[in-house]
Amino acid sequence: MHIAARLARAGVMGINRRNAEFTLRYNRRDRYPLVDDKLKTKRLAEQAGLCVPELYEVVEIEHQIKGIHERLARYPDFVVKPAGGSGGDGIVVITGRMKDHYRKASGAILTREELDYHLLNILNGMFSLGGYRDHALIEYRVKSDPVFGEISFQGVPDIRIVVLLGVPVMAMVRLPTRASDGKANLHQGAIGTGVDMATGRTLSAVWRNTVLDEHPDTGNAVTGVRIPQWDRLLHLAARACDLTGLGYVGVDFVLDREHGPMILELNARPGLNIQIANRAGLLPRLRAVEEHRAHLADLDARIEFAKRRFAAPTS
Amino acid sequence: MNPRQVYLVAGLLAAIGLGLFLYKYLVLGFPLTPTTRSEVWNIEARLVFDGTGSPVKLNLLLPQSSDRFRILDENFLTRGYGLTTGPREDGNREATWSIRSAKGRQVLYYRALIARRPAAQRAARTTPPPAPAEVRLHGPELEAARALVAAARAHSADVDTLVSALIVRLNQTRPDHNTALLLGPHPSALAKWERAVDVLALAGVPARIVQGIRLEGQRRDTGLIHWLSAYDGKRWRSFDPGSGRPVIPAAYFPWAYGSAPLAQLTGAARLRVTLSVARDVEAGIRVATTPGAASYSRLLDFSLFSLPIETQTVYRVALMIPLGAFVLVVLRNLVGIRTFGTFMPVLIALAFRETQLLWGLLLFAIVVALGLSVRFYLERLHLLLVPRLASVLIVVVLLMAVISVVSHKLGIERGLSVALFPMVIMTMTIERMSIVWDERGPKDALMQSAGSFLAAAIAYLVMFRPELEHLAFVFPELLLLVLAATLLFGRYSGYRLTELRRFRALAKEGP
Repeated sequence: MHIAARLARAGVMGINRRNAEFTLRYNRRDRYPLVDDKLKTKRLAEQAGLCVPELYEVVEIEHQIKGIHERLARYPDFVVKPAGGSGGDGIVVITGRMKDHYRKASGAILTREELDYHLLNILNGMFSLGGYRDHALIEYRVKSDPVFGEISFQGVPDIRIVVLLGVPVMAMVRLPTRASDGKANLHQGAIGTGVDMATGRTLSAVWRNTVLDEHPDTGNAVTGVRIPQWDRLLHLAARACDLTGLGYVGVDFVLDREHGPMILELNARPGLNIQIANRAGLLPRLRAVEEHRAHLADLDARIEFAKRRFAAPTS
Repeated sequence: MNPRQVYLVAGLLAAIGLGLFLYKYLVLGFPLTPTTRSEVWNIEARLVFDGTGSPVKLNLLLPQSSDRFRILDENFLTRGYGLTTGPREDGNREATWSIRSAKGRQVLYYRALIARRPAAQRAARTTPPPAPAEVRLHGPELEAARALVAAARAHSADVDTLVSALIVRLNQTRPDHNTALLLGPHPSALAKWERAVDVLALAGVPARIVQGIRLEGQRRDTGLIHWLSAYDGKRWRSFDPGSGRPVIPAAYFPWAYGSAPLAQLTGAARLRVTLSVARDVEAGIRVATTPGAASYSRLLDFSLFSLPIETQTVYRVALMIPLGAFVLVVLRNLVGIRTFGTFMPVLIALAFRETQLLWGLLLFAIVVALGLSVRFYLERLHLLLVPRLASVLIVVVLLMAVISVVSHKLGIERGLSVALFPMVIMTMTIERMSIVWDERGPKDALMQSAGSFLAAAIAYLVMFRPELEHLAFVFPELLLLVLAATLLFGRYSGYRLTELRRFRALAKEGP
């Protein structure tokens, strides 16, 4: 039982508390579709001038699958994802072609028929919450910024910023590893590193509950890496949160080599692993925001507050 | 929303539930455990015969209330027949069904609800002496009977002991000369007690045969049994047909007196009489509680006991589902076990009710494993989602049929109960599992199925404890307490047990 007491002292938040006191309290039900449907999120972000991966095609009915290969012919690479998917399920990354076939990020070959079948499965709701009919998005494949090139294995690392009431609270970088099969999911074996909110410098990394400083596959240091355009990321995260009308969200970014920070998706039920990556509890920060939010007038004040209050202790 | 409102509502619900429960328990004396029920039985006579188109008359001897049993309720299934009931000359009660013309297979029913009188209520009622018995024996039989009476008299002091002594003699495996002469070779039980009645008439003791049935658990087709009853000067006493002692086994229920057949048919052919017995535990409450209290009876009028028996059976199970749901709340929100589908384990637990736990787990694992392998093959055929789900469902149903047949052939009767599994739920489980398997790997899929199994097993163990089943059915208001506790869990924002493990790295740090 003393574990629970220690966790409580460290301000670690459990799922029950997140649901009861944050998602249920700050996130209105009617706003969920904005983030649960990636197509809506994308359109919303585009209207607000936030940068998102360019949308190539939307497949909403079976009929649209016909001729899709011809329409995609002009793109050397792309990503297929279900609009209503969660946790990265159903995402297929195509990095190139081999004659009539496609090559996946893992190097495996995908035939045209297999891609059609995957699209059909998406439409039939195989990956959506509750099995409802879904649509498939085909969009620009993000090319990882060189800053992360040395500390990730295949795949594209992403940056998760948790925002409460428009104030960025905590952030982490998820680095794919060989074990995670190029996916940026912590429970699949990706590395999570905490981020110093003040500077955007990566802190110590956690991989499967062990703390490490180097990438297990590339051997390069993962701590102390400076995320470029950190201030811009913080601003974008806060604005995305305002845009959706949701009080408590996780904003996922990728850093594209050419286009800079892009919003990948928003999550109205952000996970709790970010606490492990940062080796810090969320609760004290969330409480601080709840306490001071009324005095933070504009965007800059909010960012300033986050950078000041949630800076990593200088060692 | 004021969070205190939840506590208020929960407290109110708990208070109502607890109040009703205590009132029913303390004031009305509803029994807390299943064992304190008094014994109530449903007995049924099913009469089947083939009509030939001519007028039909069917007589059935009916049971009567006695000092040991009380008839609470009875009804007749007449189906267009005229029905009269009334006493007969031999002291029996009789029902007569009649119809102008009956053709084809006819089925008539007599049903009664009977209760055993508690020992304290068994008043030693004196009954008027019956007409003096007439002696029907002649010649050598008369002589043999006289010798038997003389021998029995020599070893007895009163009517009880005389009858006992006679029964012992008649029951001998190697009967003496006189007994053998009287009984003849291989006598039936009925013939034996007919002789006993004759012998006792010679001794001046009025006696009669009792035809009855054994009240035992659940019997679809129970045979008639016969025993002897004798008048000791004040009242009729029954004698154990085995030991001859003047105590009748508690389970023996007298249906009719004398040796007349239970049912007689004229005008039709092939009469078959089936007697069945079923313990009626629900109605037992009615008898166990103090009768006469008006408020009590009104409460019962609006309780689950007012429902037909079949519906009551449904609710016995249905009322346990909230408990299963509560178990899932605890397992998911307090422990943090991951399962396929929110309430799927409850449905599986319901199926386990018929299969028992171990067999249930085994059968379920077999069906899911086989279904999963089929699902993996279907994946390669590139089917659309709904047809694929339907295919898996069809395969699941076929698999279950095959398992039933194979286990029946192997003599494993438990395997038959696989038919009770919720097939659609299993199909969805297989589908969910294969997606998790593909997307997150076999480890995750197996973890989640293990969680589902564990949750189902725990839900089963809680849901089908006979004590809890009884409590939920007799005191359904206790479910308000479950609801109150569930509401409180809805506001629980502490850690889940699995999170203590998940975040353990964070607990190591700090002071």
